[in-house]
Amino acid sequence: MDVKKGRVSSAHGLSDEQKEFQKMAFDFAAHEMSPHMAEWDEKEIFPVETMRKAAQLGFGGIYVQPEVGGSGLSRLDTSVIFEALSTGCVSTTAYISIHNMCNWMIDTFGNTEQREKFCPELCTMDKFASYCLTEPGSGSDAASLLTTAKLEGHHYILNGSKAFISGGGDTDVYIVMCRTGGKGPKGISCVVVEKDTPGLSFGKKEKKVGWNSQPTRAVILEDCHVPVTNRLGQEGQGFNIAMRGLNGGRINIASCSLGAAHACVQLARDHLLVRKQFGEALSNNQFLQFKLAEMATKLVASRLLLREAAVALQESRSDAVSLCSMAKLFVTDECFNICNQALQMHGGYGYLKDYAVQQFVRDIRVHQILEGTNEVMRMIIARSLLSESG
Amino acid sequence: MSRVLVGVKRVIDYAVKIRVKPDHSGVVTDGVKHSMNPFCEIAVEEAVKLKEKKFIKEVVAVSCGPTQVTETIRTALAMGCDRGIHVEVSGKDYEAMGPLQISKIFAALAKKEEASLVILGKQAIDDDCNQTGQMTAALLDWPQGTFASEVTIDGEKVKVVREIDGGLETIKISMPAVLTADLRLNTPRYATLPNIMKAKKKKIANMKPADLGVDEPPTRLAGVKVETVDDLVAKLKANGTI
Repeated sequence: MDVKKGRVSSAHGLSDEQKEFQKMAFDFAAHEMSPHMAEWDEKEIFPVETMRKAAQLGFGGIYVQPEVGGSGLSRLDTSVIFEALSTGCVSTTAYISIHNMCNWMIDTFGNTEQREKFCPELCTMDKFASYCLTEPGSGSDAASLLTTAKLEGHHYILNGSKAFISGGGDTDVYIVMCRTGGKGPKGISCVVVEKDTPGLSFGKKEKKVGWNSQPTRAVILEDCHVPVTNRLGQEGQGFNIAMRGLNGGRINIASCSLGAAHACVQLARDHLLVRKQFGEALSNNQFLQFKLAEMATKLVASRLLLREAAVALQESRSDAVSLCSMAKLFVTDECFNICNQALQMHGGYGYLKDYAVQQFVRDIRVHQILEGTNEVMRMIIARSLLSESG
Repeated sequence: MSRVLVGVKRVIDYAVKIRVKPDHSGVVTDGVKHSMNPFCEIAVEEAVKLKEKKFIKEVVAVSCGPTQVTETIRTALAMGCDRGIHVEVSGKDYEAMGPLQISKIFAALAKKEEASLVILGKQAIDDDCNQTGQMTAALLDWPQGTFASEVTIDGEKVKVVREIDGGLETIKISMPAVLTADLRLNTPRYATLPNIMKAKKKKIANMKPADLGVDEPPTRLAGVKVETVDDLVAKLKANGTI
């Protein structure tokens, strides 16, 4: 990878094989995504063909088992890949990561029939997936969700609505967390609802500040009959499945922020070398040199924490949940600051849509909010620190 | 029709801003991003496609140079080549190496591996020589299909559509033959994740030019400046050149 003398490379510490994955992902991002990033954002295009091209390379089920069509790679491999793809388009990469998370949930908690039915088509992206947990009345307090699933014969009847669903309305497979039992997390189950099921409808497409290459809609369930055979795992296991999915999802989202920050540091650096004021290049200005140094330092620190969390999750270490939360918190916050600072360094040009830096800023802003707000990350970390057994 | 040799060269990446060394002895290569020569990528793609269409059984990726060129061979393996050969040349020898030495190496390997086709990129983007393919064919006394924008196997012959100054020329040559790939021959594939993992298990053989009976490139002797044409003629007569 790009090993300039003395500079810390994003390839540092990776195995030869991981460097190959990274190189390929960077190439794909540069040639297939980067040239379209602005248009996808402006015209709100969901780039199905490009994502299917990515799926042909193995990006549809990166950490899904090979026997159902996945690539069987590790969480660290996945982080490296999403970081590289993000440099081409954060919004599209983030959707690909959500799709991967859903695919993994079916692969891990589904029975043989469910895995064989859903995973192969998700791996090729013949079908797309959405993760449905959040509701108008339950965001951070996810376990208080109200969507009910009443058992009647061989079906669950679902009633309720989900909010802010990425891909909603344009995807084929909806992983819906719903209440089959009593209050709280233990009453929640996880079911797979397929597109065109009667009783499944969608709200209007939301108008967002970023993430515009993926549609976001409410998912509405009105007496929606879902076969019991579509339930993943046991009744009451749904919240656990949702949270296990999110641990990996948090690594993925943070990886997307990291890729954006990596791209922005390069953009800022190039701009400082070219732009002249007061008779010299901006790169001669000590404040800007120091600022760039701080940005690069925070980038490397972010990357190291994130990759450590990925390894911990892969090895199912006892500190994995804490590390994933720490990584999500630190990386999304720091990388937003890096991208924002890079925009500032561009001066007025940074505010124009002709320049990519503003799209990176807009696209990663939401990473501090979704998949668990950074406030919720602090709750998780604090709980682990203050727990009796600690 | 069993085996194809594909040459892959490790060059400075096309997107890099080239800088000249302070002592003007060459360009800076240390710590600069390198990748597979784009025309070599096209050559690999064509070879892998021929294998997928079952015209050939095995694709062997070959590169000459120091240890780093094995990265380039690995990329070729990840694109679908079956095995690699690394002909090790380093340091001053590597800097002095040019198309003639490379083509001697390829000619020797083509005979050793009993290749039916040698496919190379038409030229490398660092030196733009556009000589290796032609020289290799001459050394082997094989037909050549250079600047290929379309390749079709027809029994024991190859139909090659060549991009030439006047437009397109179609030739039919017998195998074994040397082909050089031009830009429009194909669009190289990305390596897939599964293929990158499979590539890890593929073998790269290591050898030196001497193992193939190829000499080291001769050391360049310093020249002499003369004042007049008469002096030049006298010197050339004296050393037997004319």
